Amino acid sequence: MLSRQILRNIARGSSARRVGGVRLLSQSKITSFATNAAESNSGANATVVIGNAQAPDGSAITLKTASRDESLFGTRPIYLDVQATTPTDPRVLDKMMEFYTGLYGNPHSSTHSYGWETEKEVEKARSYIADVINADPKEIIFTSGATESNNMSIKGVPRFYKKTKNHIITTQTEHKCVLDSARHLQDEGYEVTYLPVNEEGLISLDDLKKAIRKETCLVSVMAVNNEIGVIQPLKEIGQICRSKKIFFHTDAAQAYGKIDIDVNEMNIDLLSISSHKIYGPKGIGACYVRRRPRVRLDPIITGGGQERGLRSGTLAPPLVAGFGEAARIMKQDMKYDQEYIHRLSEKLKKGLLSIPSTQLNGSLDPASQYPGCVNISFAYIEGESLLMALKDIALSSGSACTSASLEPSYVLHALGADDALAHSSIRFGIGRFTTEAEIDYVVAAIQERVDFLRKMSPLWEMVQEGIDLNTIEWSGH
Amino acid sequence: MTTSKQILVLYKQLLEKAYKFDNYNFREFAKRKVTDSFKANKGLSDSEAITNFYNQGILDLAMLTRQTTISQMYTFEKLVVEPLKRQR
Ligand SMILES: Cc1ncc(COP(=O)(O)O)c(C=O)c1O
Repeated sequence: MLSRQILRNIARGSSARRVGGVRLLSQSKITSFATNAAESNSGANATVVIGNAQAPDGSAITLKTASRDESLFGTRPIYLDVQATTPTDPRVLDKMMEFYTGLYGNPHSSTHSYGWETEKEVEKARSYIADVINADPKEIIFTSGATESNNMSIKGVPRFYKKTKNHIITTQTEHKCVLDSARHLQDEGYEVTYLPVNEEGLISLDDLKKAIRKETCLVSVMAVNNEIGVIQPLKEIGQICRSKKIFFHTDAAQAYGKIDIDVNEMNIDLLSISSHKIYGPKGIGACYVRRRPRVRLDPIITGGGQERGLRSGTLAPPLVAGFGEAARIMKQDMKYDQEYIHRLSEKLKKGLLSIPSTQLNGSLDPASQYPGCVNISFAYIEGESLLMALKDIALSSGSACTSASLEPSYVLHALGADDALAHSSIRFGIGRFTTEAEIDYVVAAIQERVDFLRKMSPLWEMVQEGIDLNTIEWSGH
Repeated sequence: MTTSKQILVLYKQLLEKAYKFDNYNFREFAKRKVTDSFKANKGLSDSEAITNFYNQGILDLAMLTRQTTISQMYTFEKLVVEPLKRQR
């Protein structure tokens, strides 16, 4: 088995000159693709340092597009990481500005008009947010984001019912904040079942039914996966849970306003929402908590009893109003945005999958796949090194979802992908502000640089010669 | 009663404002949105619906005026897809 470090070195074209006796292509063969690292980056000679995204010194892969004159163009990367966060819509900012200028009352001040006017706006926002998922405004609890909503639901419900029940069910591909909340519950003595997923990332309803026990009080399954974009069968899960009188929570951070969700039709009892994934401000989100049949939970934050006692603390009206406006726009423009994103997504997929030895991760059934999240594996290349070579595009490898970790993605592993495949995948996020010109640029840039990186890869050379990589005995290091 | 001349003037004003976003993505979005929404509502015949559409357009024009001003006050480097010499 080839060690991961060697793989990485090969893909980066760095120190590992010889691996198992295979000679790398000489540098001179590829100079037409590469330019010197020192003069790469930008024609304006301004070195843009974005976080720590600088390629290592002396690395030959910091190439620029050979086919055009860089000095005629800007230097800021194209943003294709909308699963991490979205830009704030100017229409949202316009709404928020009122609250940073004139409307500064505390919405909980009930003795004067400053309080009343902000309270009215807060309630308006609440109803816009409820409308998107066909909920009652009273069922919307404002929180600091989906992380808090997930914590509140996954810890809150089992703690409330701890006298009679001690088991919850979730999946292996949840967001870290769900998995970590579940782990905390395990430390407190609860039992957790982590459902596996198939190679498309979907759970099996039979597995779910088999996992349910008399002591199960909560099932938590995310709506849209943040790495591969698969949509779980919410309605069917909701039906199973309701028939067994188990509460159903879904993390809809990536789904809210982007796919159709109806909490009543789908029997959803708790649902997490994040404002900054729908072009709203960061630092706010909401948790939908059903009132009939009533969901009871132990609040994490207690105090003045705001938000039905489930989340105390003074609300932030600028954020609430911006979140509300973002939700209103999501609903109003849903069809328009969906059609646009779908069109760009098809174009991107067509362009990238025409590269040999690429693979789309996620579901092939359009009903179970959100088109704004395109996750593709480029075999014989390491995702991280491709990202390094793509400083002009802001992307994330499937693995880098949480922080700067270089671990292969646990989500892709759960689909049955091996280390190499999980390492070679990249997530492309398309939103309402992505343009067609950006997609064209990305397709051309990726095609060119995948080709370049593969030319440096001895693995690729061997594959081209028809050598089966599984038959090779790799010398250790 | 909203006349077709008024609608046409509004369309031109909205599009003109859309071009004023310094931010590339907001500019392209606003242009697309203005054009598409006028195209989608081309067939409106009910005079009340036309007036509502017109009034919403006036509100949007005010919003675009404020937001393009803000976009011009806080500027960032151009994107790699943006030619450095402004078109137009
Ligand atoms: C599926 C999912 N859940 C939860 C979160 C966290 O949301 P927030 O940033 O609002 O806490 C994210 C965002 O990274 C997400 O994608």
